Amino acid sequence: MTAQPTELRGKERYRAGVLKYAQMGYWNGDYVPKDTDLIALFRITPQDGVDPIEAAAAVAGESSTATWTVVWTDRLTAADQYRAKAYRVDPVPGRPGEYFCYVAYDLILFEPGSIANLTASIIGNVFSFKPLMAARLEDMRLPVAYVKTFKGPPTGIVAERERLDKFGRPLLGATTKPKLGLSGKNYGRVVYEGLKGGLDFMKDDENINSQPFMHWRDRFLYCMEAVNRAAAETGEIKGHYLNITAGTMEEIYRRAEFAKELGSCIVMIDLIIGYTAIQSISEWCRSNDMILHLHRAGHGTYTRQKNHGISFRVIAKWMRLAGVDHIHAGTAVGKLEGDPMTVQGYYNVCRELKNEVDLARGIFFEQDWADTLKVMPVASGGIHAGQMHQLLELFGNDVVLQFGGGTIGHPMGIQAGATANRVALEAMVLARNEGRDIAAEGPEILRAAARWCKPLEAALDVWGNISFNYQSTDTSDFVPTPATAV
Amino acid sequence: MRITQGTFSFLPDLSDEQIWAQIEYCLRNDWAVGVEYTDDPHPRNIFWEMWGNPMFDLKDAAGVMMEVRACREAHSDSYIRVNAFDSSRGFETVMLSFIVNRPKVEPKFVLTRTEANSRVQRYSMKAAL
Repeated sequence: MTAQPTELRGKERYRAGVLKYAQMGYWNGDYVPKDTDLIALFRITPQDGVDPIEAAAAVAGESSTATWTVVWTDRLTAADQYRAKAYRVDPVPGRPGEYFCYVAYDLILFEPGSIANLTASIIGNVFSFKPLMAARLEDMRLPVAYVKTFKGPPTGIVAERERLDKFGRPLLGATTKPKLGLSGKNYGRVVYEGLKGGLDFMKDDENINSQPFMHWRDRFLYCMEAVNRAAAETGEIKGHYLNITAGTMEEIYRRAEFAKELGSCIVMIDLIIGYTAIQSISEWCRSNDMILHLHRAGHGTYTRQKNHGISFRVIAKWMRLAGVDHIHAGTAVGKLEGDPMTVQGYYNVCRELKNEVDLARGIFFEQDWADTLKVMPVASGGIHAGQMHQLLELFGNDVVLQFGGGTIGHPMGIQAGATANRVALEAMVLARNEGRDIAAEGPEILRAAARWCKPLEAALDVWGNISFNYQSTDTSDFVPTPATAV
Repeated sequence: MRITQGTFSFLPDLSDEQIWAQIEYCLRNDWAVGVEYTDDPHPRNIFWEMWGNPMFDLKDAAGVMMEVRACREAHSDSYIRVNAFDSSRGFETVMLSFIVNRPKVEPKFVLTRTEANSRVQRYSMKAAL
């Protein structure tokens, strides 16, 4: 890297024309972030010939006060404080041409309690900035003072478990399949079978809204019949995530109200409804004792490639602030993208009271959540009973494990599929609590349970050898003891 | 009907040895174990009768097992569950809850539907032998 650029001051700084961002005050290698500063970590790929420090300064500038040229009106403000400051640039280990750049923002830059405002600043402009070939928001440190301006999850893991009366094990769910084409009555049948067989939740898929084959009111009525019947057949609380995603906020509220009228304990939205809509429905859920399930539909368009976009760990942080109770956060072992360590990092963001720095899991900052309630992560997509030991070992108890195909595709029927999953789960939790090494003995524990549980035996025979071993695109880039670490 | 509340209801009823191992697990985690019983297994019956307070100071599984056995003797035809409470910040809730005794004949639940507007049903359920 080149020598440290120096900031210009006074008259020289405000002469009309174009200056380097670093000269304008957006780089300060000596800056020590305040406890109240918000810190963003970007991975940037400067265009050929662009100095990484100048590129970092440009990121700080374009995500705070700067425009492309000098403006004298800065002098009417406490501009030094409004300028974000890039203060550290490190080459990304093993990725030539990429740099981690740290930018600190004064708290005054952000409207309290607004993800829309936060994101308009941090990701508003910079990702299209020409001197960068690519940019990715890797992580953020949110100061406690800012965290406290958000209400967070309406229910949280503890209250959810107490409401559902389910403790000591992961919750079990399944997405109703096929996701498109079933009539309300046929759809409700699948929900009933899954719940009666042993699942805690059934779920609408992300694109089940109100199509010609099944209007939303019809779906809600049949699903609640299924939920209540299954509760009576088992003596357990059951639920179905009624997807209330719709084209307008008015319609979302209409569907939410109907879900409430029917006595549903949970509603669902998709990430694609947008941050403000999510915060609004979170408010509604808080007022109506409703658990809020978030399906992360669409996130893969910007979270998956490591050189450009936003890491899912940042989305998870925003969603914990915005206030959702469930969030799809990856399976590590299933059909969808997710390196196990990186996925564990997302889970920690959702569930820990305080995140410690954990580079192997992609956590760059200590993050105190200041008693913001915990979000229940959801593992969904291509998982089956034969992976139960891996899932429990990776994710612990506070997770919803969703086996869609792994329930509905069972050779003995949906109830049997659900039972297989529940037995596999309880057998594994029992064994873990007894002190057995489930990572090593898992398959044997499952086989032992399968000897008295035919549905589990059938599930293991069909899916026992299915795995999705592809290279992950989104892994953590770090050296175990980074020479550049502060 | 086998009511499937609690962490291990899909497994065959736990033996005393298995119950012991789960209690050991709770004590290793520094959770306080409590025993509760009821004749009303309705899932919204949250507050089962406590067989004494949670045993905050008891660190020995044998002592907990004694209470489980005593509760079973006194309420052999009731539901009895073992709960474990974690008092640490951010949890302060039940961490494990499993049934260790069931009545000889378990009730079933009858679902009652009451018509409301435009196909809406009001549901309630009641245990019946």
